[in-house]
Amino acid sequence: MFGPIQNTFALALLDPQRPVPGALVSHTASPPAKRFAVYRNNVVVGLVNALAKRFPAVQRIVGEEFFAAMARVFVIENPPRSPVLMFYGDDFLDFIASFEPAAELPYLADVARLEAARTRAYHAAEAKPLDPAILQSLDKAALGEIRIVPHPSAEIVRSKFPIVTIWAMNAGEIELAPIEDWSGEDALVVRPALEVEVRALPAGGAAFLSALFAGAPLAAAAGTALGESADFDLAANLAGLIGAGAVTKVFLANLQKDEMP
Amino acid sequence: MFLASELPAGTGVGFKPEHFRDIVAARQPLVFFEVHAENYMGAGGPPHAQLGKLCEDYALSLHGVGLSIGSMGPLDREHLARLRALCERYRPESFSEHLAWSSHGEVYYNDLLPLPYTEETLARVAGHIDEVQTELGRRMLLENPSTYVRFAESTIPEVEFLREVSGRTGCGLLLDVNNVFVQAKNHGTDALGYLENFPLDRVGEIHLGGHDEQTDDAGAPLLIDAHGTRVADPVWALYQQVIRRTGPVATLIEWDNDVPDWPTLRAEAEAAQAILERASRASAA
Repeated sequence: MFGPIQNTFALALLDPQRPVPGALVSHTASPPAKRFAVYRNNVVVGLVNALAKRFPAVQRIVGEEFFAAMARVFVIENPPRSPVLMFYGDDFLDFIASFEPAAELPYLADVARLEAARTRAYHAAEAKPLDPAILQSLDKAALGEIRIVPHPSAEIVRSKFPIVTIWAMNAGEIELAPIEDWSGEDALVVRPALEVEVRALPAGGAAFLSALFAGAPLAAAAGTALGESADFDLAANLAGLIGAGAVTKVFLANLQKDEMP
Repeated sequence: MFLASELPAGTGVGFKPEHFRDIVAARQPLVFFEVHAENYMGAGGPPHAQLGKLCEDYALSLHGVGLSIGSMGPLDREHLARLRALCERYRPESFSEHLAWSSHGEVYYNDLLPLPYTEETLARVAGHIDEVQTELGRRMLLENPSTYVRFAESTIPEVEFLREVSGRTGCGLLLDVNNVFVQAKNHGTDALGYLENFPLDRVGEIHLGGHDEQTDDAGAPLLIDAHGTRVADPVWALYQQVIRRTGPVATLIEWDNDVPDWPTLRAEAEAAQAILERASRASAA
């Protein structure tokens, strides 16, 4: 009966303390320890590599060796539940946040959060961004009641750390240099066409976009943003949001989405 | 009525996104590309844009690595639905999977793991293939594995197992010649004997890839199906013998790790093409 053997085999793959399953043989040596080790290695290294592919800036920050050691612990504790590995590691950032040896880098989990959002944006459904000219055609009196439909790829990532700058330096977007202004940065991640874009949001921007993405009308979202930052600039944030391609539709609250321009 | 898995009888390569620009810059001397189905299970983005473009000019082989046909547990219906959606989206000329398992319980292990060959596993694998073919509305190809261990309980030779699965389900076979070589070296058996018995009339595609060499506990050679190098000379020799018997068959170069530049990969495909062309001249003569 293969069922119980398959179970023993599977459990031993991720647990080096377990013996080589007794059902296994080879024509040379028994138990075939080195042979079984090939499978153990394939599984762990393959999954570590999948994480390295998804979190290259995290890997660059901590170095390949540290990353592999950290990812190995994660893989063994949290193996994937789906064969679609492009989304494996959505919970890697929580693991990083509580991974003691990385405690010196408190921003690391937020950089991972940004990279996870980038992969989701990369694979998100296509949608045509709203034409910015539409803003001119809107009834000014009703502007406050307008709601938006976010682009399927759009996500907000907030941080107490300058994660957009840290990410950009470690993704080869800008030169590595000391960061003079060590203050929090919020990011808008969006893929309006084929390239994933990461933009640092101005003061109050993340609160504004989060409220809009959650379905709040413009006036209420602006109020939330102003409550968080007195410097919030509605016109600039709205233009920035639409200019980034992060909106696919605008509509008035009393209309259905499909009645929209 | 099932759709057949029918690739044109020329050469193809496993598509890697880093080659996309080179590939579309000119018409390539290839008839098909193969992709791992699981890499195209996102909703959109560059992977689909690139695959859509390739499909305008070349045939497509959709090759699954995550269905776990060799599991004793049930198939993952969600995954099967994702495969069906991909088949409907791209209408590939072929869909293939492995005689292996990769998931158990809730966990996906991301490797092609071995199974014993018994009446019990034969019935299970055939049942899974019936289920896949019914769900996808097409015949699939099943690939012979490379393995590093054997099971004491195995009673059926691998070739007989494959022949029987194909006979019971009507599925075709994907003959990986590198796997045949690796398998023979790893288990002290005879690659030529394996190929002599192999039901070549069921073969819809051939895979060629590179392997690494390690040693096992007894210091004996242990070949790893690593797909990170050129096709080895003895594998080319086996391939030539197969093609002499079959005539031209769709042939794929697999190079998944340490991926080389495009001209290097294309040269491997051209080497296979030369062998196919000699076979086709010989059969015409």
